Amino acid sequence: MKNTIYAINGPVIKIRETKDFAMREMVYVGKKHLIGEVIGVNDKFTTIQVYENTAGLRIGEEVEGSGSPMSVTLGPGIISNIFDGIARPLTDMRKTDGVYVTEGSDIPTIDPERVFDVKVTAKPGDELTAGQIYAQCPETELITNYVMVPPNIAKCRVTSAAPDGKYKAEDTIIKVDVNGDEIPLTLCQKWPIRTPRPVTRRIPIDTPLITGQRVLDSIVPVAKGGTAAIPGGFGTGKTMTQHQIAKWCDADIIVYIGCGERGNEMTQVLEEFGELIDPKSGKHLTDRTVLIANTSNMPVAAREASIYTGITIAEYYRDMGYDIAIMADSTSRWAEALREISGRLEEMPAEEGYPAYLPSRLAEFYERAGNCSVLSGKRGSVTIIGAVSPAGSDFSEPVTQNTKRFVRCFMALDKPLAYARHYPAINWLTSYSDYIPDFERYYEQNVGEDFLAVRQEISNILLEENKLMEIVKLIGSDVLPDDQKLVLETAKVIRVGFLQQNAFHKDDTFVPMSKQLSMMRTILRLYHKSEEALKRGIAVADIIATGQFDKLIKMKYDIPNDKPEMFDEYDRSIDETIGALGK
Amino acid sequence: MNIQYSGLADVNGPLVALEGVSGVSYEEIAELHLEDGTKRTGRVVQMEGDKVILQVFEGTSGLSLDNTRTVFKGKPLEIPLSTEMLGRVFNGAGQPADGLGSVFAEKYGDINGRALNPVARSYPRNYIHTGISSIDCLMTLIRGQKLPIFSGSGLSHNKLAVQIVKQARIADESGQDFAIVFAAMGVQNDVADYFKREFEQAGASGRVVMFLNLSNDPIIERILTPKCALTTAEYLAFEKNMHILVVMTDITSYAEALREFSSSKGEIPGRKGYPGYLYSDLAAMYERAGVIDGSTGSVTQIPILTMPNDDITHPIPDLTAYITEGQIVFDRNLDSEGIYPGLSVLLSLSRLMKDGIGEGYTRADHSDVANQLFAAYAKVQDARSLASVIGEDELSETDKKYMRFGKEFEQRFLKQGQDENRSMDQTLELAWDLLSLLPKSELDRMNAKLIDEHYRG
Repeated sequence: MKNTIYAINGPVIKIRETKDFAMREMVYVGKKHLIGEVIGVNDKFTTIQVYENTAGLRIGEEVEGSGSPMSVTLGPGIISNIFDGIARPLTDMRKTDGVYVTEGSDIPTIDPERVFDVKVTAKPGDELTAGQIYAQCPETELITNYVMVPPNIAKCRVTSAAPDGKYKAEDTIIKVDVNGDEIPLTLCQKWPIRTPRPVTRRIPIDTPLITGQRVLDSIVPVAKGGTAAIPGGFGTGKTMTQHQIAKWCDADIIVYIGCGERGNEMTQVLEEFGELIDPKSGKHLTDRTVLIANTSNMPVAAREASIYTGITIAEYYRDMGYDIAIMADSTSRWAEALREISGRLEEMPAEEGYPAYLPSRLAEFYERAGNCSVLSGKRGSVTIIGAVSPAGSDFSEPVTQNTKRFVRCFMALDKPLAYARHYPAINWLTSYSDYIPDFERYYEQNVGEDFLAVRQEISNILLEENKLMEIVKLIGSDVLPDDQKLVLETAKVIRVGFLQQNAFHKDDTFVPMSKQLSMMRTILRLYHKSEEALKRGIAVADIIATGQFDKLIKMKYDIPNDKPEMFDEYDRSIDETIGALGK
Repeated sequence: MNIQYSGLADVNGPLVALEGVSGVSYEEIAELHLEDGTKRTGRVVQMEGDKVILQVFEGTSGLSLDNTRTVFKGKPLEIPLSTEMLGRVFNGAGQPADGLGSVFAEKYGDINGRALNPVARSYPRNYIHTGISSIDCLMTLIRGQKLPIFSGSGLSHNKLAVQIVKQARIADESGQDFAIVFAAMGVQNDVADYFKREFEQAGASGRVVMFLNLSNDPIIERILTPKCALTTAEYLAFEKNMHILVVMTDITSYAEALREFSSSKGEIPGRKGYPGYLYSDLAAMYERAGVIDGSTGSVTQIPILTMPNDDITHPIPDLTAYITEGQIVFDRNLDSEGIYPGLSVLLSLSRLMKDGIGEGYTRADHSDVANQLFAAYAKVQDARSLASVIGEDELSETDKKYMRFGKEFEQRFLKQGQDENRSMDQTLELAWDLLSLLPKSELDRMNAKLIDEHYRG
């Protein structure tokens, strides 16, 4: 008997009395072959969420099963492409279907016509295990695609291998014998999006993801293989922060998931990343970026899937031994998609209408990050940086609170800072990073032995300023003793000269760790010299009159990234002018 | 010949249910013929087996279980589109309401629109000059942007909208067609009249398409109003290559209509009783702004909403601001001090301005001036709160200067006449006059060279 639609309610459809479908199976719905996924099975109804607009669907139209769970095809050609939430390439869709996203479009994820220059590394007779590499091909100018035995083939023997040469994605590269069956392997493999790809083991985190953003690298660093959340009300700069990290961080590959956000932002990423040059490799940033776009007006069920599509792609490249950073903007929209589907299913809501399984879904997602020893024997990592858009800018709402439980780095964006146009508006008092102790060795070997001490002192001055501001708000700053006024002045230099960073300035948009440390050292030098001067009886007003404080506020622009020697000059100038006071 | 279904199974608020129906598609349009010869229109919103639920646009009063015959039209809700629509007035469901007869359609458009492929968009970069200093300098409107006005009951948002519509000029003045689509949702008669009158006085009514759903019109029609307006805007922009400014007021009434409809459907409510899909629904509307690669037209949106109890964290302004590219926020205190337009500069923001201002667009110093004004005005707030505790006389010299700057900024920069159209140069020079009230050392958002060039005194 054919399976036909019995009920339609928005993106949710039901089929009556069938036993043909498995939970999480991918299905084709109706004449247009809309893509859907089975999300509920019982003796009366099979419930399906449809990833495309259901307008025009009729009762009685047929639903076909695919026999496999919702999967994504992985292969060369993913990088520098842009996909929708269920991994259909949007650039190709535009060519065939025009400017609007069309329902029932079945363009394959991997372009079957594109030719790759393949080097086959396996020989007949080789024994291969899951995840081992049997060929490689250049995917973009930056990234080499290593072709791996799919993780679900535990062990196999190569029976024949094609010579090196030009192949399309679906050409057979090698044939392998798996328990007596001969199976052809191509450049592609399929993987179900909701299942994490297996790894050999997780390895401890020890390296920070360097972003070139001072407040992140020096105050709240995130780890390669770690997790971070960027919560913030509207207008505080979540997307801007994510763009800056995506542009400048030292991951090999960026997976940028635009989940329920603005279409123009995706266009901006496409345009900007196409023009920008990666400072390390000298190649275009698009050569290391994958975009997943489910803008806020695209179907809501595909929004739920887009997060999983993105992370599956990230894991695929991690298995080749790359460091991947995922920007998920925004996880709140994903949670709202869960809530919307849950509401249509008439499930019992928990907090604020969100389903009770929200925390476990969030945990499952963030736990797919990690620093791992992968099946091919290499090391790879997936870092997840998720934006959170709290309703009413209230951090006590369920998505922010539950996210906080599963991430180790919390970069809280602050409305008052954003109003004062202090960007990035990351609040240094409420943000935290759990990773700092893990990086101790890294800092000692790669940045400077005093890095952690300097960082701590800078944080302490900011903390002290916060306490003093309570008093200043009540009685003004004039009545404070001179040593406390000095703390306020120094904190101002730290806030304006160090924490504030101009994303549109050619030098300031990315600052290497060595310069960040030098800047902090110079600020502290000024602070210590001024303290000494105070002890000699000099008034704080006279110290400020030397102009050194104003000079340090502008050093981020005045000292180019490639002229670290200029800091010596600054130090000398501080020693001379402050030292000369009262003598 | 279409099948006619006689009678209804259930009537509940704006919804009716029919049983024994087959061959109907989701979101299809139906006509309900009453015994008295009148006709109503409905849309399929839910189907289960042979039971179909319809929302009736004109409301269900007068419907009984056996006095109607229903015919399904076999297509989604479409409105006729044509350039003839300019200068015409329609009701919320897109039917002519000015007694001039129906529009001769060049084509029919599905009012739901379709999701634009992000690859097909081009990033908005050209600014729209409004002649209002605060907007032009601090929250520049960009062609293809969606920039809402957050206001409160009794504030002058309508005046501002009219001024923007009257003065809006495309920066490069390339002579391309510029037109306005105006959608009123649940506004009072007087307000609709005010807009009509003002457009006529400005001689603009020939390039305005109006969709009016007044506050006593049916709520289902209200849900359709912005969709009809945006379908028209898209047609004029992307097929007729015009620059379209869409003014939609009041989004709050729209969202409330949606809530009413959702609750009569028996859906599980989200925050404050609004349906869980409010975000997606608003997004589907706002995301229809933009510029398409390959078309010279653009759709720019200025949605206006009144914040219930002036609360910016209320779901409607909150969700709106998460979707739109910035917001222009009214401040009740400034308004009651007689400052028009009384905009809260610190809460307002235009996300797209950074790419549409500066050299080649407005003036090279624009972005630094704007940043410095924001930063300085933020410090004014600190000085004011300190002054309210210790008294203005006790303030430090710098803080006193900030107090003066704040006052002048509000009186000279923010405040302007309803017909005053300031050029970009006037606005920026005025900004420099004000910044020069502060000591040079306080100008920490700009480099020394710029200060030397422009600082007065």
